[in-house]
Amino acid sequence: MKMVILPKESLPEFIGHLCPFGELHVPVKVSEKSYAFGRVNDLSDIELNYTRTILPLKKYVFKPVDVMFNFCAATGYETTVEETDAKRVIFGVHPCDIHGLKILDLVFGGKYVDGYYSARRNKAAIVGMDCIPDEFCFCRSTGTDFVDTGFDLFLSDIGASYLVRVGTSLGDDMIRAADSLLREVQEQDRQAYKRRSTQRRESFQTEVQLQELPEIMDLEYDSEVWRRVGDKCLSCGTCSMVCPTCYCYAVFDELDLAGGSGRRQRRWDSCLFKDYALVAGGHNFRPDRDSRIKNRYFHKQRGFVSQHGRPSCVGCGRCKVYCLVGIDIVEVIKELRSEIRV
Amino acid sequence: MCDHQSHATHNNPYLPHPARIIRTLPQIQDHQLFQIRFEDEDMARGFAYRPGQFVMLSVIGTGEAPFSISSAPTHPGVIELCVRRIGHVTKALFALPPNALVGIRGPYGNGFPVERLQQNNLLLVAGGLGMAPLRSLLWYALDNRSKFKDVILMYGGRNPDEMLFKYELLNLIDRTDVQCLLTVDRDDSGIWKAHKGVVTMLFDHVELDPNSTYAAVCGPDVMFRFVLNELLERGFSKDRMLMSLERNMQCGVGKCGHCMIGYKYTCLDGPIFTYWDAINLQEMI
Ligand SMILES: Cc1cc2nc3c(=O)[nH]c(=O)nc-3n(C[C@H](O)[C@H](O)[C@H](O)COP(=O)(O)OP(=O)(O)OC[C@H]3O[C@@H](n4cnc5c(N)ncnc54)[C@H](O)[C@@H]3O)c2cc1C
Ligand code: SF4
Ligand code: SF4
Ligand code: FES
Repeated sequence: MKMVILPKESLPEFIGHLCPFGELHVPVKVSEKSYAFGRVNDLSDIELNYTRTILPLKKYVFKPVDVMFNFCAATGYETTVEETDAKRVIFGVHPCDIHGLKILDLVFGGKYVDGYYSARRNKAAIVGMDCIPDEFCFCRSTGTDFVDTGFDLFLSDIGASYLVRVGTSLGDDMIRAADSLLREVQEQDRQAYKRRSTQRRESFQTEVQLQELPEIMDLEYDSEVWRRVGDKCLSCGTCSMVCPTCYCYAVFDELDLAGGSGRRQRRWDSCLFKDYALVAGGHNFRPDRDSRIKNRYFHKQRGFVSQHGRPSCVGCGRCKVYCLVGIDIVEVIKELRSEIRV
Repeated sequence: MCDHQSHATHNNPYLPHPARIIRTLPQIQDHQLFQIRFEDEDMARGFAYRPGQFVMLSVIGTGEAPFSISSAPTHPGVIELCVRRIGHVTKALFALPPNALVGIRGPYGNGFPVERLQQNNLLLVAGGLGMAPLRSLLWYALDNRSKFKDVILMYGGRNPDEMLFKYELLNLIDRTDVQCLLTVDRDDSGIWKAHKGVVTMLFDHVELDPNSTYAAVCGPDVMFRFVLNELLERGFSKDRMLMSLERNMQCGVGKCGHCMIGYKYTCLDGPIFTYWDAINLQEMI
């Protein structure tokens, strides 16, 4: 992989060179401890020292509410005029969120390609950046603490400069545009990069064994753990909304006031919501919270593995951080593995 | 990131194709058979599907819901859906004027594994609306009669007024290449000439070789359990027992998540599952 060195003092100028490649979206601080991806007027508002944003990148490629197409009684269903979503450069994306996008790619691709997703995905350039984990991060356990694909450029902090990995042809164009700011990788950079890797690895405070978890999930299908967790859960769905790999949605038709025409839309849904598995006639396949929260874990750690060969959790810690009652995915898994008993 | 196909409007899997309801045939209380023809002639003629697959039907301004295709691919030109009026979309569907424009997309799901069923006896056991998907398989088998050994249909309704496709099925009784066993739980009219009693009772009237027979079972939960037990007792392998499952479906193409059972999508991996799949996927029945 092509690599170059970007001295830290040149970062603002470097970011300036990225602007022609699309609308710049960067991490910004939204409250004392919260961050979000968004636009800035002033490059100094970029907050590179963040751990996780509230919402992951899915908000760009899979909108919280999205118009799918219009309908009209006389003519039927018609796609809205071609999406004119501008090109975007999303800067400062951490490895777990890049893995999150790669997982969404699996879901929205396949036999039936979701054009709403792929149109935005194709127009989003990803400039990644490494990070130091906090107490909630467990991406090392999920194997998502590093990326070797899924980005156009990836910046690793190696002290006085960034080591920039170039992942795509588009990334190479970006590098060329900022050529004057960059230099070649030298021996001391290589050493610094390895030290940084070690430092990152040693910073993890949370670890969980995910090997054989699919089998353990089957084994513990009727475990007490589900009842305990179900008792606590409020079915608020927050964990799904903030999760980079939760993709469920609900479809609804919205009528114009005049009637006769309107639009079909979809919005983020959560398998924790009570009516999620409700069918006509009133039968609910998951009427209680135990079965719903179990389903969330099962899908991520068991179902996704059998469908796509890997779990769909990227260890970002968001579901724990934002859960109103402190349900902790790592603790639940450890309980299932009987590594802790409460 | 450019490893994705571009947004091709004409290829949008969510966009329903315009179609017309060219005929509605009342069946029983709150059930109608809708004959639907795509407006596009190539689609109307070329719409290929398997028995057991379903379509997503949109009623303009109301919403969309999944329905099994009740006609057989051996009768191209129109598709037929047998629908029970139960909620939002189906109520609106029943209220549409003649020749109304609707939206159809599909076919979706795996359908019955017809290649695997060929050269075997076919036992179809239906209760209530379960006849909808099985009717497709029934006509497929009868229209490809030489490819199957014995074809047996068992269908039960509560009373003669609650039998779907009643006259069509009664007409099969004296056909010699299919054993059509129809039963009702009760007959107050006294004119019902076929069997009386629950569906499982019909098993007394047939010889079944479990090693060369596939059973397809569709119907209400209670019936399901009794029939599956009956088949197990007769030595059927769980792989030779097929069923169609219903879940909440909002996309039909493996994206919205709603139809997930255990680790399978009903809309992609189903709706036809073997009994083995069913017991293997804890949540399934
Ligand atoms: C594979 C499959 C095949 C089916 N085949 C038939 C058939 O041949 N004939 C028939 O009458 N019915 C069939 N059904 C059931 C039919 O889809 C529901 O009765 C239908 O969704 C009712 O819609 P509604 O809006 O009238 O009901 P409401 O109760 O108002 O439903 C509201 C919404 O909930 C969701 N929903 C509710 N129930 C279901 C459900 N069972 N499946 C999926 N989504 C649901 C839908 O989004 C629906 O728009 C089938 C279901 C599945 C999954
Ligand atoms: S955020 Fe917490 S309380 Fe809310 S649905 Fe998720 S697990 Fe339950
Ligand atoms: S399940 Fe929780 S930790 Fe895992 S990816 Fe989703 S939000 Fe992050
Ligand atoms: S119906 Fe949406 S995933 Fe199956």
